[in-house]
This record gives sequence, structure tokens and C-alpha cells, in this order.
Amino acid sequence: MNRFWANLKRNYEQGRISPILLVGLAILLAIVLFGAIGPLFVDQVNANVGAVRPRKPPGGDYFLGTDSQGRDMWTLLIYATPNTLKMGLIAGFVGVGVGAVLGLIAGQFGGWIDGIIRVISDSLLTVPAIAILVIIAGNIDRMSTFVMALVVASLGWMFTARTVRAQVLTIREKAYVEVARVNGEGPWEILFKEVMPNLMPYIVASFVGTVSGSILAVIGLEALGLGALEEMTLGNTIYWSQQSSAVLRGYWWWWAPPIVVIALIFIGLFLTSVGFDRFANPRLARR
Amino acid sequence: MAVDMAQKPILVVKDLNVHYDTGKGPAKAVSDVSFALRPGERLGLIGESGSGKTTMATALMRLTKPPGRIVSGSVELDGQDLLQLSDKELREVRLRDIALMPQGAMSSLNPVMRLEEQMIDAIVAHKPGMKRAELDTRVQQLLQQVGLAPEVARRYPHELSGGMKQRAAMAIATSLSPKVIVADEPTSALDVVVQRQVMQTLGRLQDGLGAAVVLIGHDMGLIAQFADTVGVMYAGKIVEIGPVRAMIESPKHPYTKLLVESLPGIEVKQALVGIPGLPPPLVNLPPGCPFNPRCPFAFERCVRETPLLQQVALGQAAACHLYPEHSELPPLPARAGRELQA
Amino acid sequence: MSALIEARGVTKRYGSFTALDDVTLTLSDSAPSMTAIAGESGSGKTTLARMMLGFIDPSDGVVEYRGKNIATMTPAEKQAFRREVQPVFQDPFEVFNPFYRVDHVLTTPVKRFGLADTEAKAQALIEDALKRVGLRPQDTLGRFPHELSGGQRQRVMVARAVLLRPKLIVADEPVSMVDASLRATILDELRTLNQELGISIVYITHDLTTAFQICDNIVVLYRGTVAEAGAVEQVIGAPKHPYSQLLVSSIPLPDLSKAWGGEEIPVTEANAARPNDGCKFAPRCPHVMEMCWQNPPPKYMPDAQRLATCFLYRDAPVSPDADVASVFRPPLAAPVS
Repeated sequence: MNRFWANLKRNYEQGRISPILLVGLAILLAIVLFGAIGPLFVDQVNANVGAVRPRKPPGGDYFLGTDSQGRDMWTLLIYATPNTLKMGLIAGFVGVGVGAVLGLIAGQFGGWIDGIIRVISDSLLTVPAIAILVIIAGNIDRMSTFVMALVVASLGWMFTARTVRAQVLTIREKAYVEVARVNGEGPWEILFKEVMPNLMPYIVASFVGTVSGSILAVIGLEALGLGALEEMTLGNTIYWSQQSSAVLRGYWWWWAPPIVVIALIFIGLFLTSVGFDRFANPRLARR
Repeated sequence: MAVDMAQKPILVVKDLNVHYDTGKGPAKAVSDVSFALRPGERLGLIGESGSGKTTMATALMRLTKPPGRIVSGSVELDGQDLLQLSDKELREVRLRDIALMPQGAMSSLNPVMRLEEQMIDAIVAHKPGMKRAELDTRVQQLLQQVGLAPEVARRYPHELSGGMKQRAAMAIATSLSPKVIVADEPTSALDVVVQRQVMQTLGRLQDGLGAAVVLIGHDMGLIAQFADTVGVMYAGKIVEIGPVRAMIESPKHPYTKLLVESLPGIEVKQALVGIPGLPPPLVNLPPGCPFNPRCPFAFERCVRETPLLQQVALGQAAACHLYPEHSELPPLPARAGRELQA
Repeated sequence: MSALIEARGVTKRYGSFTALDDVTLTLSDSAPSMTAIAGESGSGKTTLARMMLGFIDPSDGVVEYRGKNIATMTPAEKQAFRREVQPVFQDPFEVFNPFYRVDHVLTTPVKRFGLADTEAKAQALIEDALKRVGLRPQDTLGRFPHELSGGQRQRVMVARAVLLRPKLIVADEPVSMVDASLRATILDELRTLNQELGISIVYITHDLTTAFQICDNIVVLYRGTVAEAGAVEQVIGAPKHPYSQLLVSSIPLPDLSKAWGGEEIPVTEANAARPNDGCKFAPRCPHVMEMCWQNPPPKYMPDAQRLATCFLYRDAPVSPDADVASVFRPPLAAPVS
């Protein structure tokens, strides 16, 4: 364990762990904590419909005001944020996981396997995702956040697959892979020890992109009313605010907070991705 | 290789300083470099990597890119200081009066353009009025001068061999008959036979144009066979400069002497010795002679005081504290064992 | 003489392009030798090196290590082969995985080949290897590849090869991308490894000067065939094949009394288009005769320790052995001071 902290300290001093990375991670951590610890400070009952007095602006008992259905916005936000994050993360992991595996297989084995994977991913890339997702989501009877995440992931793996495949093809030709062979490393060892670490920047970048894109897709679908409407999510909140013409009526405390949280999530993801590149590629580290 | 030493120099570099801004302070890549070149003269600048030679090549035409910047000095081409010109004026001077064959010139060719288009591009940028027929003639003329067949004009770079690409780069560089050609390691990736052919072509071209050549490299043999004058660069400074014969047969600076002595030949097997140690970092260079940690003749003054370039023999100048008290370098001490290096 | 590594009638084709054409070369087990394989790009020297390292298989012919065909080795045999035959590659940067510190290329073989049973022993082994190539362990270990110079990186690669105490090191242009003043040092280290540790070295290069300095024998390849082979004093000192003569005379020597220049005829269109069943060098050869276009010349032996595949020497005896190494001279007994 001591080695871990010593390595961490050395990495920081060498500039591999940059302020950008730390700020990005801090933002994400803050948002996660917001959703994780927040419930300890509020009563979930207040987020239910009709729990409190409706249409109250921020102030007094209600930190962020209430919506026209009698829900406390602050409590709602605390419960909605982790749900949205969850969907983004599930879609991100599934999308990147499936994409990375397919990309690795296509790049490593080539031939007809590569051909099939490429044809499928290339065709799906040209498809207008929102249109398909609307059709799929509209046809599902029992929507839940988990199912929503899977729906979005179904069209979120292609970019990762293509990126990973291209990188595997490049890395396989590198001289250091040959050196690994003469050093006695077996093919699986080469895949995990030599190829994968150099794939990490691309996978992390894909992950960030996939999570961001998934959250956007999820919010888009929810804003259209295709989400799991009983659940508390940021997108659903936007939907309900639209249904009640919150913008026209000036209830800014209903539609603005979810947007602010969404923006912070994206900023955190972006900074983390940029900062991670410095870690994975030591040549970029500067002190 | 005929140089008329009585002629006025065509290129005069005075006290040129180029720094790279690093996080830890400026790296003095080129420090107070001065030399003069006459028309038709071939100057070979030799140095290891990190000696500043490529930085100097680009600085001559103010092509230095950030974080590098030209701090002070002058580069006078035919009386005009290139460093003082406006961007527009300098663009006209480049290629027309002074041309660069950059390191890896082969990969500086645009891979998606045919050769003739690239050559025409270069010419038209300076002479916009030329008609297509005139341009085609000129392209053929240039190809013939560098020994390439006429049909090469229609080819793409990837269809040419390394030597052919280098000659194409030479054709582009000489397309406007410049007065000075700066060739930065023009033969680094080529094998011995092609290297000789390319260098002989360059020599012929240069004689035809009456141009001067600055050849930058690290191969003393190549420079000896091609150049009239040799300048040795170390840690951004010229530490010795003089006629090639004198530099090879009686080098005055210890670094030059070590370089020459370490060159193997093909007559006799000898012990292969390099120069132990590494060149100094160019940031926060300590005072004194930059070569002193590796110099077998170093003494107390060398650590304190930076030596200036001074005349030590006819036409030969060296920056070393052994002169003018001594007139020759003592023989190298025998080296026992191998020292550990970083 | 038992064979350490043997390439017999090896041919390698890539589609219609023949990279190597019927080359036979044997390196003996008896005395550790230093052999140069020289040629320009396209000569097939790198192809031959990669075959010796077991990276590619021949289209025809066979490459055997200690009598076993490398192409059909079992994984266990391949592992033992890898232990004994190690490369040093040309590019000192690409050979390092940028994700790891340079220690990675040194600790991996120690682990994979079981060279040490405790961490302390492994560390000692690595430090010893680094010191052997003139590097200070405390300045090298823990660094990333981009923090070291090209020369230092190349020395780490040599140290890596030495760790395993191989029988043979195949060095493919090990110093062509290294600074001139460091080349001598690194090559001298290779020579020391040969003399002190008994490691045979195959030195692939286009630089005949260094080949002359450190090697005993040399094979000059031209477009996949052997043009000339034998003792370096003969082949480089007094080349007989017109191609070797062209190569040697093109070397820029710092000796001003020897101007460089080579006898070569430019390839005319007629020559380039002419169908050639004979000597591959015919279109460029200043001494070409009609018979050169008809049949490929056999391996003549104009001297005891040299063979030249050229009809100029048709009065000399033909080499009885297809193996070009049969004309090699043994390594010099005394180390060069």
C-alpha cells in the first residue's frame, strides 16, 4: 500500500497527474457525493408528488423552491442526479465494454470476424440514433432506468469499437510488441500488458464520450416523455417542467437546476478525459 | 569546389543567438555564432544532436518556431539583414535567394500532390506571371539538373525511392537559382551509394548556380569529402572553424581532435573509441568552456572562463584556452579502461 | 563444426517480389564470431535477420537452430530458442512501450526466463547488465524512455539482450539512429560482449566501415542474392565483385587523399527493360558481359577466404559448398587493444 502512495506522489511530481485531472475528478466526486450523501440530509418523502406546497420560489423552507406538482426541488435534485448518473454509467460501461471487446477481437483476429464487426458497426454509425432510440423506447412497455440505459447503449458501442480496432492494428506493428515477444511474453500477456495500457487513453476518451453521449440521449428521450416516468431523473424533471410550461411561467428554479447539474457532469467528464491523457502518455507530462 | 577567397562574402552571420523557452529557463541552442560564406563556398557544420546545428539552419531564414526564438544577431544575405525584414519581404527572399533542404526533406514532400505541381507551386509563389508552358519547361530543366528522368514530374512522392525524393527536394530548393543553399542532413536515411550520388548532384548544381552551400551533418567523412570549410559546433557554439584539410590533419580544438581520432577507416582495425560523457544541457549552462567536463586537456581556467573564438593558425580559429600559449594540441593521453557514463 | 544457426537455401517471396533468393549461411558453434550482413535497402538483409530471429518463415528452404527447424518448433523449444537468440533493433525509441519505465524491458525477461529466484538477485543481475554497457543504474532505472537519449536507450536494449547471456545477438543496424560519437562506444561494447562473454554477433548494416572494424567476416547482399562474402580484410579491403567495389568506393572517408567516387553506369531504359535471367547487378555493372544476362553466376572463389558471384572470376574454382560461411576466416585470437 505504501508503494501505491509513493507512486502517486512521484506521478504527481512528474506532472503525470495534472491539476486538470484533479479538478475534473473533484467535480465528478462532488456530484457523486451530492447524490450519495445528500439523501442523509433530506427526507425523500418531499420529492413525491403533492408532498409540499406547489409553485414556491426558492427561499424559506424550500432551498430550491417547489414545482407545480408539489415536489421540493432540492430533494428532487438529490435523488434525480444519481439516477441520471447511473444510467449514463451503465450505458457507458456496457457501450465501451462491448465496443472494446469487439474492437479487440476485430483488430487481433482480422479476417471474416473483422469484416462482420466492421459492417455492423459502420452501418449503425450512419443511422440517426435519436430516431431509432425513439422508436425502440416508444415500444417498450415497462421502462426503467436500467432498461433505458441498455437502450441507449445499443447504439453507443460503435465508436469505441472502431477506435479500439484501429489502435490494436497500429500497436500490433510496434517494435515494442516484438521486444515483448523476445522477452518471453506470451500472446495473452502481450495483449494485456503491452497493448491494453496503450489503449487506455482511447478507451477512457471513448468512455467519457460514450457516457456524455448517453446522458444526452437519455435526457433527450426523457424530455420527450419516453423515459421511466415514475422515476426521479434529471431528464424527467425537464419533461415535467415543459409539460407545465415552467419557462413561460417563470418557474426558473424548476428547469435551471437540472441543467446546471448536467453541465457540471459534462465539464467534469471532459476535464477528466483531458487530464487522463497526461497520465497515460507520460511524454505529455510537464512540470 | 572553386572558392575565390577575394570575393565579398554572400552570407555573413554575426553573433546569432537562438533560445528555446523551457519551463526551467532559456535553452541556449545557438550562442554567439558568427561565420561568413563566399559565393561558391561549401561550409560544413558538424555537431552531435543537441549541438544546435538544425536550430541554426532554420534560424538563418527566420523559420524558427516557438518555443524557439531568435534573440539577437544578424544574418546578412548580400548585404541585407534577413532578420530585420518584414514577413512579406522575407517570404520573397526565401527560396529565391536562400533555400533550405530541411532534415528529412524526403518527407517534406506533399504526399497527395504530383511532383510537378509541388515544383510549380514553389515557383509560382515567387513569379506569379509565368505561363504554364514556361513553367513546364523550367520543371523539366530542374529535373534534368538533378539527374531525374522527365517522367518523374508526373509521379507522386511515394512512387519514388529515397534518393529520388531527396533529389526532388533539391530540385525544388534550387528552382529559383538561390544564392545560398542550406542543406540540413540531406542524406541521413540514404545508403552509401545513393548518398554519394546525391551529394555529387548537389555539388554539380551548386557549381552551376555559383551558389554557396551550408551543409549540416554529423558525419565527418561526408563533410570532409564535400566541404571546403568546416565548422564544429558544440553546445550551441562554434568551437572551431577552418579549411577542411587543416581541420582533419591538424585540428586545434580538443573536441575536433577527438572527433577526428574516433573516425574508423577501412585499412586497419583499431580500438573503437567514442568521446566519453554527454553534451551539457543547454539550460542554465555553467560558466566556462562547455566542453571542459569531457576534455582531456582541461585545466582550471576552463571551468571559470568561457573561451572566445580566436585565430590560431592561418584561416583557422578555435575557442580554447590552450591558445595562444600553445600552438598545437599535445597528444591525447592514453585511455585506460572505460569510464561509466550516465 | 556443429552449427549454431543455419539458413539453408532460404528464399522469401512477397507476392511477385523476391526478398531473398537461395541463401545458405551457417554460423558455427565452436568459436563466437562477429559476422556482418551488408547491403542497401532492398537487399534482403533485414529479411534474413528476421528469419534468424524466428519472426518470419522462409518461403523455400529452412532455418535451423541447433538442428531444429525454427518454423516447426514447439512452444517449449521456441522458448529455449528465444533464450539463446536475441535481437537489438534499429530504432531506439520504438522499442520501448511508452507506458512503462525502461525497467520493464529488463525485469520482464528476468521473470519470464526465470533468471533469478529472488528480487535482490534480479536487481543485481539487471544492474550488472547495465554497468556492462556503460550505464549507471541509478541514472537509468526508474526513468521513462523519453527521458533518456537515443544512445542511452540503445544501450539499455543491448543490456536487455545481454541479461539472458544468449549465444547469438542479431543486431539490425543498431547504431544508425544513434549519434556519431556514441556509435563507436556502442559498437565497441558489442565487440567486448563477443570477446568477454563469448556471444556471437550478426551485425546487419549498410555501413561498411564499422563492419570492417568489428566483424571478422561479411556477406554482401544485393537484391536478395549474395554478391560477395568472406573475410572483411578481403571483401572490404580489396573488393572483387563490382557491387562491393561500388559500395566501398562510395564510403566517404575523412582521408582527403582518397576522394570518393564509384564506377557505376546509370541504368538506361534499355537495360531496365531487358529481361534478365542472370546476374541481378547486370544493368548497373560497368564490367557487364553478354553471359551475365543469361545465367546467374555461381559462387567463384578467387581467394581462399572470399567468394564472389561474378563471371569476371570464372577462371577461379567454384565454391564446393553452398554455405557462404565456408570461406569465412576464424575469429582473431587476440583481442584488439
